[in-house]
Amino acid sequence: MSPDLLKLIFGRLGLESLPLHEPIVVGTFVVVALGGAALLGALTYFRLWGYLWREWFTTVDHKRIGIMYMILGIVMLLRGFADALMMRGQQMLAFNGSEGYLNAHHYDQIFTAHGVIMIFFVAMPLVTGLMNYVVPLQIGARDVSFPFLNNFSFWMTVGGAVLVMASLFIGEFARTGWLAYPPLSNIGYSPDVGVDYYIWALQVAGVGTTLSGINLICTIVKLRCPGMTMMKMPVFTWTSLCTNVLIVASFPVLTVVLALLSLDRYVGTNFFTNDFGGSPMMYVNLIWIWGHPEVYILVLPAFGIFSEVTSTFSGKRLFGYTSMVYATVVITILSYLVWLHHFFTMGSGASVNSFFGITTMIISIPTGAKMFNWLFTMYRGRIRYELPMMWTIAFMLTFVIGGMTGVLLAVPPADFVLHNSLFLIAHFHNVIIGGVVFGAFAGINYWFPKAFGFKLDPFWGKMSFWFWVTGFYLAFMPLYVLGLMGVTRRLRVFDDPSLQIWFVIAAIGAVFVFIGILAMLMQFAVSLLKREQLKDVTGDPWDARTLEWATSSPPPDYNFAFTPVVHDNDAWWDMKRRGYQRPLTGFKPIHMPSSTGTGIILAGFATAMGFALVWYMWWLAALSFIAMLAVGIGHTFNYHRDFDIPADDVIRTEDARTKLLAGAK
Amino acid sequence: MSTDTHAAGAHDHHHEGGHAHSTFSGYMLGFVLSVVLTAIPFWLVMSGALPSKQITALVIMAFAIVQIVVHMVYFLHMNTTSENGWTMMALIFTIVMVVIALSGSLWVMSHLNSNMMPMHQMSGMK
Repeated sequence: MSPDLLKLIFGRLGLESLPLHEPIVVGTFVVVALGGAALLGALTYFRLWGYLWREWFTTVDHKRIGIMYMILGIVMLLRGFADALMMRGQQMLAFNGSEGYLNAHHYDQIFTAHGVIMIFFVAMPLVTGLMNYVVPLQIGARDVSFPFLNNFSFWMTVGGAVLVMASLFIGEFARTGWLAYPPLSNIGYSPDVGVDYYIWALQVAGVGTTLSGINLICTIVKLRCPGMTMMKMPVFTWTSLCTNVLIVASFPVLTVVLALLSLDRYVGTNFFTNDFGGSPMMYVNLIWIWGHPEVYILVLPAFGIFSEVTSTFSGKRLFGYTSMVYATVVITILSYLVWLHHFFTMGSGASVNSFFGITTMIISIPTGAKMFNWLFTMYRGRIRYELPMMWTIAFMLTFVIGGMTGVLLAVPPADFVLHNSLFLIAHFHNVIIGGVVFGAFAGINYWFPKAFGFKLDPFWGKMSFWFWVTGFYLAFMPLYVLGLMGVTRRLRVFDDPSLQIWFVIAAIGAVFVFIGILAMLMQFAVSLLKREQLKDVTGDPWDARTLEWATSSPPPDYNFAFTPVVHDNDAWWDMKRRGYQRPLTGFKPIHMPSSTGTGIILAGFATAMGFALVWYMWWLAALSFIAMLAVGIGHTFNYHRDFDIPADDVIRTEDARTKLLAGAK
Repeated sequence: MSTDTHAAGAHDHHHEGGHAHSTFSGYMLGFVLSVVLTAIPFWLVMSGALPSKQITALVIMAFAIVQIVVHMVYFLHMNTTSENGWTMMALIFTIVMVVIALSGSLWVMSHLNSNMMPMHQMSGMK
């Protein structure tokens, strides 16, 4: 075929785009391909495709979508952590004239991919997954407001993840750092496909995130059960509401910034170039208007999880519920007033820097108030040191350290010394691992029995806990030291041999965390095998306080046979204390939304369009866009959107639960 | 609320309380207003009726803001009581966010501009 025709069909994509010259990538590809083939083969052999398609891929059940988000987050955690291990290995070895084992081209992609994956495809899915699963149950709803949209949002997030993963084997990923600052990310300095993969992965996933934010806000505002006023909502629901408000208000900024960057790259505009009136600093300014709220998007739900866990495992009502709610709302607003602290050094004057320095310090006040609320909740409580509570205490100790280094960084003169140093890296890993990751793990251990009907194995859970926590401290405390000595981030080789020992300690810490991750996978496997011993039939294994524990574990498709009525903040605790009796008769048919494959199909076309735009395959981009419109419009003619679960089915489900409960007593 | 209204989203036949009702005259009034509010800025630019470009730009911005309000009132049926005040709350939040983002960016970028090298010196250095 002629080169012109090939170019028309494949755009920039050619055989030379495959990273065959990188032995590490080729090795990874072989392993992934074999593993993937084995998985696909097993699914086919056990005839699971139909089951997966009907029960999971096309489901609009918020519980199953929540579980799929968690699986996506954990799978991507393995990829993101592999990048982390490689970086730690490289930095440990590259001393005394050694170049390490990664070339600059590859190393730069790794630190970019690590950041992008960990934030967008690990932390976000874990947080969204927990919100998706728990919020409708906590407010006594049957599903989210827009069940189909929920399915679509999930698959868009998967689409973004697929694009990032594809960049590993087809072409390359961005070499710009996780926020792709121009001018480096402009076409002149990054002419290859890496930044385009970055842009389209985030745009596709961003659609999903924004829509899921709208969906959950609407759910919380409109679908609360009778009696649940705003100030009777569980704290996790409150923090979810604030998080989703942040998502809806800030993600459009990211979308627009990336759209402007793509205009610069694709059609030669000059928004963020050095000349023709463009300003790269405008990109930095805009992306942090999104970026700072983003870290609160991640950590607020974690605060909610810790609130639920602390009050449940202390056997006490949460101390200072009202102040907790107000602290959350204040953080929501303040998180929009601090973005400049990410670029104090860019050259603004003293007044700008002092303003943003002070707002940043102020934000530690509501956060500190929360910390005291948790401490006072524990005070004189009968604390049970189960896994969720252990993660919570590890969070409280770790997060306070991260918070204090954050206030230190908020002082502009100090920031001029510490900006872009490993001190900063240590700080944000300290708050994101100590806050978001520990929070997600507390949430997983807390709500797993609700989702699957059996608890997670405590032995492997504790192994995971101790390796994670010690590993975290070993890996990041040395970075504080190095940062104070002036070592900057993203370095590939080092001249000063006296620094090596700190990087060796950090690498050992990373190995500890790796063991922690393996122990967690082991925990899942062992719990699955021992599910009969770990079984919980009561639906309330922790003697908990909020509505999600009022129904069975796992909850039926319709969550609650009768919509509960709430009289107290700790609704389920109140019901238990007043001797609540489960209704055993009078069941009616229940109106539910039907499954649909439209979400996964639409997201598939969106992903194909992203891939086509990365490689300049214009025909494919146009085709997938038209296909998306056609499928979207076609879906509006689908009138089979809902069905009724017959009363007989409800009676059968509820009777089975009655028998189980009787057996448990 | 009955149990059925909690069955998820697929059906929305029931009317929520406090929803402003849409009428033909309301839509017509909104339509006429938005046409007028669009036509005037066009005329301002095409005829050059105002002495300076800057004033024209500011006047157009003012018309745009009025236009937004017209759309919200007549097409989105927003008022202080609709949806139990949630739409009003959302609107106030949006305005606060937009003001923070725009004024903050302007402040930050102008500060940066005055602190960095002037453009003519930059081009002199090439």
